[in-house]
Amino acid sequence: MTETSPNVAERQATSPLEQYRAHLVQGHLAFQIDEDGQALFYPRVAAPADYRGALRWATTTHISPKGESAYNVALIDMDEGFRLMSRVESIPADQVCIGMRVKVRIRPAEGDEGPYPVFDPVEAA
Amino acid sequence: MNATLTLKRGATAIVGVAESDLGEVATGLSVIDLMAQGVHRALADCGLTLADVDGVFAAAGQSRMPSTALCEYLGLKPRYQDCTMMGGSSFMTHVAHAQAAIELGLCEVAIIAYGSTQRSAGRKNVAPREYNPYETPYRPVLPASAYALAASRHMHQYGTTREQLAQIAVAARQWALLNPAAWEKEPLTVEQVLASRMVSHPLTVRDCCLVTDGGGALVMTSAARAKTLRKPPAFVLGVGECISHQTISNMADLTVTGAARSGAQAYTMAGLKPQDIDVVQVYDAFTITTLLFLEDLGFSPKGEGGRFISDGAIAPGGRLAVNTNGGGLSYCHPGMYGLFVLMEAVRQLRGECGARQFPGCETAIAHGNGGVLSSQSTVVLGTVATL
Repeated sequence: MTETSPNVAERQATSPLEQYRAHLVQGHLAFQIDEDGQALFYPRVAAPADYRGALRWATTTHISPKGESAYNVALIDMDEGFRLMSRVESIPADQVCIGMRVKVRIRPAEGDEGPYPVFDPVEAA
Repeated sequence: MNATLTLKRGATAIVGVAESDLGEVATGLSVIDLMAQGVHRALADCGLTLADVDGVFAAAGQSRMPSTALCEYLGLKPRYQDCTMMGGSSFMTHVAHAQAAIELGLCEVAIIAYGSTQRSAGRKNVAPREYNPYETPYRPVLPASAYALAASRHMHQYGTTREQLAQIAVAARQWALLNPAAWEKEPLTVEQVLASRMVSHPLTVRDCCLVTDGGGALVMTSAARAKTLRKPPAFVLGVGECISHQTISNMADLTVTGAARSGAQAYTMAGLKPQDIDVVQVYDAFTITTLLFLEDLGFSPKGEGGRFISDGAIAPGGRLAVNTNGGGLSYCHPGMYGLFVLMEAVRQLRGECGARQFPGCETAIAHGNGGVLSSQSTVVLGTVATL
């Protein structure tokens, strides 16, 4: 849990995307939460209608989502309560399956592309 | 405010429909050329002229200001215009907006136009994807991968099979063979669908809509004026819309679309239920799209869509007449197909569909889809007997 998102009425010093990317550079997948702790992804300048109050940034430390395979493009449902598109790596694409538990890893920047989160399977406990 | 509570059932009608050139159009034809073809042909269809038109509605992926461009091209100075853009469902929403405008006296004769040259101009040239920093790095093949994710989820949750999805493509092809205007002219089998090139698992190229050029137009007017025109009017009985998300990552439940809401609104306004509908025209961008809309519009219980269609139920001669023109899968798909869904519903109500005609058709539902199952818009139409 870190900084509060700026008030939407004020000029934004940095964009939600830049803040998100700054967290990725630090090795964290960041998202936002509202006053009730409801998770929000992708990051926004203000909360959508069904959220309450100001948004704060949060970062994941312990992540166990499920994936849906389609050419190794997956929608990951996070234990923290938000969903994002990503890719499950370390195993062949056709072995990625719905319900699989996975853990985030931040791919470092490479060439023109900044860092972004990908996921690896977690061995069954 | 809910439009279905304020618009009046049967107050307006679609009176003219026409396609522009379809398939692969002549080199150099523009999006606005195709819109204008559609408008002139649709006006001829109902016996009106450009001088009668005082409302202009248009949407196109390749034109930033389509109503303005169309007005210049046609020499129109309409009292009212609207270029609402929500993808392939835009035209169903144009029908709702045109009804509102006509009821309020903002215009009396509205044209609704579309055009696309995505095939002749090259899809990459005409439909650049917006960069999304939260999705683009994963290189989804959009829109196909988004629909593939929905299909994967439906298969996982309900046991739907690739064979069942393939049967939707086969049914569409069987209908297309009854439609002289359809792009596809050869039969298709389930085996061929399954063996086709995989685009985004579990969808092969035959689970995906065509990539064609095309366009067209509708003409709408008040119910009173509609009754004086050349063809039997298709009265607007109900409308509804729902925008549930923009990106597939933000679709709350991949197996339930906004059609559940837009359809319910349209049925309520129409005072009809799914079992009252004679022909069902739904936007089939992919085979999974047809299945989801049959469920969400109440023709099959949720999760049962695969089993519902699996015995030829939606093919010619089946229990339910679905996408009788051959659909986006086999007839025509220039990118924003919703206008053609409305056209086929109108033609069925008029009894103009020849070999694919549903006998005694009195009611039709026309359902549009935009984006990646993002925007849903439904129109229920009926003949004069339903008023």
